[in-house]
Amino acid sequence: MEALAMALTVLVLAMFVGFEVITKVPPTLHTPLTSGSNAVSGITLVGALLSAGLQLTTLTTVLGFLAVVFATINVVGGFLVTHRMLRMFRKK
Amino acid sequence: MRLALVNLAYLLASVLFILTFKGLAHPRTAVRANLMGSVGMLVAVIATLTLLDWSQGVGRLWVIPAGLGVGSVVGALLALRIRMTAVPQMVALLNGFGGAASTLVAGAALLEELAQGRLPDAQLAVATVAAAIIGAVTFWGSLVAFGKLEELIHGRPLLFAGQHVLNAGLLGLALLLGAALGLAPGAAWTFWVIVAAASVLGVTLVLPIGGADMPVVICLLNSYSGLAACATGFVLQNNMLIVAGSLVGASGLILTGIMCRAMNRSLANVVFGGVGAEVVTGAAADQVYGGRVKSASAEEIAIVLETARRVVIVPGYGMAVSQAQHAVRDLARLLESRGTEVEFGVHPVAGRMPGHMNVLLAEADIPYDKVREMAEVNPSFAQTDVAIVIGANDVVNPVARTDPKSPIAGMPILDVDKAKTVVVIKRSLSPGFAGIPNPLFAADNTLMYFADGKKAVLDLVDALKRVG
Repeated sequence: MEALAMALTVLVLAMFVGFEVITKVPPTLHTPLTSGSNAVSGITLVGALLSAGLQLTTLTTVLGFLAVVFATINVVGGFLVTHRMLRMFRKK
Repeated sequence: MRLALVNLAYLLASVLFILTFKGLAHPRTAVRANLMGSVGMLVAVIATLTLLDWSQGVGRLWVIPAGLGVGSVVGALLALRIRMTAVPQMVALLNGFGGAASTLVAGAALLEELAQGRLPDAQLAVATVAAAIIGAVTFWGSLVAFGKLEELIHGRPLLFAGQHVLNAGLLGLALLLGAALGLAPGAAWTFWVIVAAASVLGVTLVLPIGGADMPVVICLLNSYSGLAACATGFVLQNNMLIVAGSLVGASGLILTGIMCRAMNRSLANVVFGGVGAEVVTGAAADQVYGGRVKSASAEEIAIVLETARRVVIVPGYGMAVSQAQHAVRDLARLLESRGTEVEFGVHPVAGRMPGHMNVLLAEADIPYDKVREMAEVNPSFAQTDVAIVIGANDVVNPVARTDPKSPIAGMPILDVDKAKTVVVIKRSLSPGFAGIPNPLFAADNTLMYFADGKKAVLDLVDALKRVG
């Protein structure tokens, strides 16, 4: 129960930080914001690596492997496409 | 000690993610911000890899480099080859992959507990079920959104009888089984039935939503992919996942709200309304347009533009479809070289996801400080000599202000009709997503230029050069 309370604390505080910071992003950058935040949501990769690396049973390893592939596509694709877009905004 | 160091690395990654969002507040700092995000991800991955048992070499853990390698290649190919017009589809797909990964991780975590002879406690059970449901809905919903944006599936809302009952039933089933899993955590099969029910729900939730509402759906699914990562954080009791996931969740929710306000619709109306399912008949169109539409040639429009001091260009998605961005930039530069002030006015839902039109204009080297958002540009139309509307329709339809019974009633629009002259470049008088005629096309101060967007603008540039 204590762990849950701690996790909820982090969740609520992070939400507030998120709202404060993200409302300041101008509409011009809303597409890179979406694709960039999309890449950040690939953080679930961390969990995928742990599952694939634990190798408890074949099934969990297979699930972990698939999760690593999906999450890595999400992370690499997301950050790269965001970079491509943001560079267009930089050049004058 | 090692665990403490890993947790400090996770803290560093969380801070970098927050700075990523902070840096996106300005185009100048945005490139660096995105790099910070990717460094944060790298730190998190490396820290996690040190937790694994590498004592027997890479051989046993080959699935990890293999998975990272395959994912990196596919992700990089996707990101480098995608056309800017297709970015919404790509984001939809990536959202889905993130959701799928969260579901798989939750499933694996549950099975690991059982394989070790432990029964998951209530927190793990609830978090696992949440990650499973949100992740599966995100994955399948995103695939449907991808299909609609890529036009593999018809963009029109697919409505069927008992839809809402079915969706409620599926969600109810998933939640009920989730409760069952909490009470009898040993029965792993319930997890997969929950995933199956949530998968069907993902499809039936997004199918009824029309193509015009896809920007909202992308934002919403973006938010879900964050919440799924957050739920995975609860499963693994990992604060970094919770921080990153809630940042993404917040971002998606904020954008969803902005998109809904830009269409003057409630989220419930977008998700359940099926707007655009009925096609409005042509009779009303005849009443609006009958004999009042003035068609003009490139030469006639060039003469109007020649004396204009201020021109506002209003692009819609039609401009992107005809690939007219570069021609539009040339027109803007030509006008500016003649001393005309040129600005762009962009409606929040002009593209197929929030900010999409800004990206398309930036790709064509149109400086971002010339691109104004709706609230900024609207007061200036009264002092604008010519407003050029290219490939936009519903977002400049004055009916939104005047007819409370219209499907777009109350939607904020770009007030181009207040400009001295309005030039509308469009293939025909066909209606936009809302399916209603646009009285702007028949207004006294409007000149219609019927042509393909790109060809029209190129001809306009030529005509303007000839005029002098």
